[in-house]
Amino acid sequence: MSTDILHEVTQGDYKYGFTTDIETDIIPIGLSEDVVRLISAKKNEPEWMLEFRLKAYRHWLTMKMPEWAHLDIPKIDYQSIAYYAAPRKNAPQSLDEVDPELLKTFEKLGIPLHERMALSGIAVDAVMDSVSVKTTFKESLSELGIIFCSFSEAVEHHPDLVQKYMSSVVPYTDNFFATLNCAVFSDGSFVYIPKGVRCPMELSTYFRINAMNTGQFERTLIIADEDSYVSYLEGCTAPMRDENQLHAAIVEIVAMKNAQVKYSTVQNWYPGDKNGKGGIYNFVTKRGICKGENSKISWTQVETGSAITWKYPSCILLGDNSSAEFYSVAVTNHHQQADTGTKMLHIGKNTSSHILSKGISAGFGQNSYRGLVKINPAAENSRNFSQCDSLLLGDKCGAHTFPYMEVNNDTSIVEHEATTSKINEDQIFYCNQRGISTEDAVGLIVNGYAKEVLNQLPMEFAVEAQKLLQITLEGSVG
Amino acid sequence: MEQQYIDLYKQQHESIKKHSAAVMNDSRDDAFALFEALRFPTVALENYKYTDLKEPLSIDYGLNINRIPIPVNPYEVFQCDVPGIHSYLYFVVNDAFYPVNEPRNKALPKGVIIGSLKEVATTHPELVKNYFGKLSTTKNDGLIAFNGAFAQDGFFMYVPKNVVLDKPVQLVNIMRSDVDFMANSHNLIILEEGAKAQLLVCDHTVDEVHFLSNRVTEVFAGEDATYEHYKLENTHTKTTNLSTLLIDQHPSSNVLANVITLHNGVTRNTIEIDLDGEHCETLLCGMVIGDKNQQVDNFTSIIHNKPNCNSRELFKYVLDGMAKGGFTGKLYVAKDAQKTSAFQTNRNILLNKTAKMRTKPQLEIYADDVKCSHGATIGQLDETAKFYMQSRGIPESEARLLLMFAFTNDVIENIRIPALQDRIKLLVEKRLRGELSKCEGCVICQ
Amino acid sequence: MLEIKNLHANINGKEILKGLDLVVRPGEIHAIMGPNGAGKSTLASVLTGNQTFEVTKGEVTFYGKNLLELTPEDRSREGIFLSFQYPVEIPGVSMVNFMRTALNEHRKYKNMEPLSATDFLRIMREKKTLVEMDNKLANRSVNEGFSGGEKKRNEIFQMAMLEPRLAILDETDSGLDIDALRIVANGVNKLKRPDNASIVITHYQRLLEYIVPDFVHVLYDGRIVKTGGKELALELEDKGYDWIKKEVEENI
Repeated sequence: MSTDILHEVTQGDYKYGFTTDIETDIIPIGLSEDVVRLISAKKNEPEWMLEFRLKAYRHWLTMKMPEWAHLDIPKIDYQSIAYYAAPRKNAPQSLDEVDPELLKTFEKLGIPLHERMALSGIAVDAVMDSVSVKTTFKESLSELGIIFCSFSEAVEHHPDLVQKYMSSVVPYTDNFFATLNCAVFSDGSFVYIPKGVRCPMELSTYFRINAMNTGQFERTLIIADEDSYVSYLEGCTAPMRDENQLHAAIVEIVAMKNAQVKYSTVQNWYPGDKNGKGGIYNFVTKRGICKGENSKISWTQVETGSAITWKYPSCILLGDNSSAEFYSVAVTNHHQQADTGTKMLHIGKNTSSHILSKGISAGFGQNSYRGLVKINPAAENSRNFSQCDSLLLGDKCGAHTFPYMEVNNDTSIVEHEATTSKINEDQIFYCNQRGISTEDAVGLIVNGYAKEVLNQLPMEFAVEAQKLLQITLEGSVG
Repeated sequence: MEQQYIDLYKQQHESIKKHSAAVMNDSRDDAFALFEALRFPTVALENYKYTDLKEPLSIDYGLNINRIPIPVNPYEVFQCDVPGIHSYLYFVVNDAFYPVNEPRNKALPKGVIIGSLKEVATTHPELVKNYFGKLSTTKNDGLIAFNGAFAQDGFFMYVPKNVVLDKPVQLVNIMRSDVDFMANSHNLIILEEGAKAQLLVCDHTVDEVHFLSNRVTEVFAGEDATYEHYKLENTHTKTTNLSTLLIDQHPSSNVLANVITLHNGVTRNTIEIDLDGEHCETLLCGMVIGDKNQQVDNFTSIIHNKPNCNSRELFKYVLDGMAKGGFTGKLYVAKDAQKTSAFQTNRNILLNKTAKMRTKPQLEIYADDVKCSHGATIGQLDETAKFYMQSRGIPESEARLLLMFAFTNDVIENIRIPALQDRIKLLVEKRLRGELSKCEGCVICQ
Repeated sequence: MLEIKNLHANINGKEILKGLDLVVRPGEIHAIMGPNGAGKSTLASVLTGNQTFEVTKGEVTFYGKNLLELTPEDRSREGIFLSFQYPVEIPGVSMVNFMRTALNEHRKYKNMEPLSATDFLRIMREKKTLVEMDNKLANRSVNEGFSGGEKKRNEIFQMAMLEPRLAILDETDSGLDIDALRIVANGVNKLKRPDNASIVITHYQRLLEYIVPDFVHVLYDGRIVKTGGKELALELEDKGYDWIKKEVEENI
């Protein structure tokens, strides 16, 4: 299988790089209170939402961009970005009303919005630029009491839930990018799983940036009530452009007593070209709270895209006996940079967390794992195990690990292991001897190296992720 | 906090310089300017996250800028006698090299110079000039800058080409004062090509006052040189020990540094080892036994600038009471440092629910043909092992002790002076048994 | 099929092969024996294109093609198979995925269509029985966590899958107990056909009781110093290598 993919890849690099020619409603570039009001007005938001945005915006003005990450971020002019862009036809009631160009776009991306054609078992919320285009399977899910809709719809139809949980995990003051998101966020997905319900299908949001010079600021809120379960997938792509584009999203997860949430991401934003020109700046705040006893949150991410990734999906383990997992594969090739990892904050008793991070650096890529495991004094008998491996392909890339561990009681155990090595020549020769070319051998070995993480992904995503790993590393050996 | 020192320097810099040496004065004003800009480090700085100096720096210390002789008989207070160790013996009292007429020092091999940095800087200015400040003035650190402004003297050691010191050199630092006191000293150690030396540094406090020692040690290990640096800290809880050890390794040099904190107040060890030649070997070890309100932060970095070097790092902490431990292990492999092999381990045991440990290993790697790893754990004594021992009739307290001792043993194993190793084993055991709950010979620590 | 003339090879500047000559024809089994350090494994590495060794002189042709010019993978696709002395572990890569990639590469080289998943699995099942390989092993990662015997059986299994024209068995008997040895040898014998050949590199005569060679060569100090029939192996077993060393030294 690997050969076909590589062959395909040698022709084109980033296969999602096309643009859609569609009438788009873009507001002028720049950021001010008026812009915040304008976004809120465009979305017909209630007063409380506007107040929230303004509060965040005013706070954002007092903040500075964080500089602690191992990243070389060119100066970003926040006044040269358009903060809202939407395909002109808004809020379709049925699929017939969705612009055919949009349908084509998502079909090209492999995201079918026709429910009868949809991959069985996945409900999709498709977001293009600032708005949600279409959410599938909404009706059948609602029969179970599950709410799966765009964030804007949730604000309109479920204001109580939104008001109660929005910003309860990531406060509006959290960090520079999160605060900016709070001020200007456009759309995103909202999920509520009621008590005792096991969501029968994978829920998925597909994010697409299309318009030029815009930023994408979506936010996702997932609430899993007591004894519920949901598996959620997130995918993203963007056209190839020479300019950098900013993506600053927020994801919040709330897991109540005995609830389980599994969140999987295959991040494939446009990474820029071979010389590092263009690409998405992916500055994302993702955090979950294990609020109730025995709750569980699991993050799985495959990060192959973006010019710069700044992202730390984290968990607050508040409920006793709660647990959290973080599985990550991050690849940086060419001039990509990634500073990614997780934070596990243990507050409840008998809480446990597991971190598995596999970094792969090639070309001029710089790949950093950054993580914090903190055990509070009250978090008795808590456990953490972290494993962070780095693989280096080539002598111009870098692999870095910055773990922080803080333990404040005498009944918990925290363990961390990290290794860095280059790809094993013996393994490559062994594959060669069986007739497998070096490039394919690297693909096989890298996928094998990342397998423990890929295994955590739902089936369809796992296959996609495997291909992506190979594609991303195309041309890195030689 | 800083202002009184800034004012002091502005008023007294002439006296400071007058009582020091020209070579040391050359960079003094620059160091002061840097300190004025940087100020004392706070926990807000990434590199000082685990060293809280707010309290110790709020104390009003006296400084002995005019070098008034301190009345002391070092032999009376010297508790660091290692039975069976034959060493060359030297004393620094507070921040001044203390001349004693020690008969055993007469046997020093020819060409070896050991003495007061201030004096050697006057008698051999060219020698000192080639090395002094070469490492310390490149650092952007408030404490090092402060030391550059205020240090007037310290310990100096020079071992010429291919000279092997047959016995370890023992340097005893004694803090002695009737008022709260601050000492800034600068040590300079130079090993020429093929030279070999072992230095044992012991820190002791004598009086029941607050002490703050801010010491910078620069070490230059020439090609093929072998250097061992042992630092044993056994001070009282009112002591703040800020110690910077900067080591520059030339090709094929072999360096062992082992820092052991048995008893202390607030300790910050900054250790930076630069591997500036191929085929260097580095072993950096450390151990901390802490209880009460003790704070220890070992901030280490090993920088592989050249290919084919091996480094290993091992730090162990046993923390009880309200002790706070911090460890940073930075491992940097530069772009061209291929075939680097670097391994780091930090293991910590918390014996009490009020003890705290924070650890931060870091790998920063820019070369691909490397083997690097780090491991860090924070946990407790192995319950199954303890139970196993108990089931063989060993009482729990003894089992705990045996396990703690076993835990620290691999650091002690890396002491290559047998008599010293035996002595430290004994001291560690005493410390773990609680028999050394204060530094020997002082009465403050309860 | 294989012709080696005056082959010289170095590792890190040290000469290991010092003018080796060997001709292998279809249908033949050649045993190469010799003391430690004689260059036996080096020969296997050089024939399969391991980059750690540098060929300084000599030529090697395989069915008329200059073997030394080919990449390791093309040598494999041409039909040269090495059963590794120390099979390499590749974590996370399943045997199925590994073997299917390899087999399809071989087919592509011969302008054949890739095998469908079902056909592939059928062939895999067939060949597995040949070496009495556990079903579970096939689903595990390549050699990872395999015992010594399992690794060697896995090598012969791969050989069965790829159907080489020339198989080189490098110390395949080392670390095998008698049952495993029998299984491995059985596998090799069953795969023997008039149009393929084997080179069996071994230190002991033991394996040759099961795989009967047509020729036995003694490799010493980088050269083949003695060639004989299968009885030479017995003689070596009996007398050790010292008499050969003496003979060679006397000739010099």
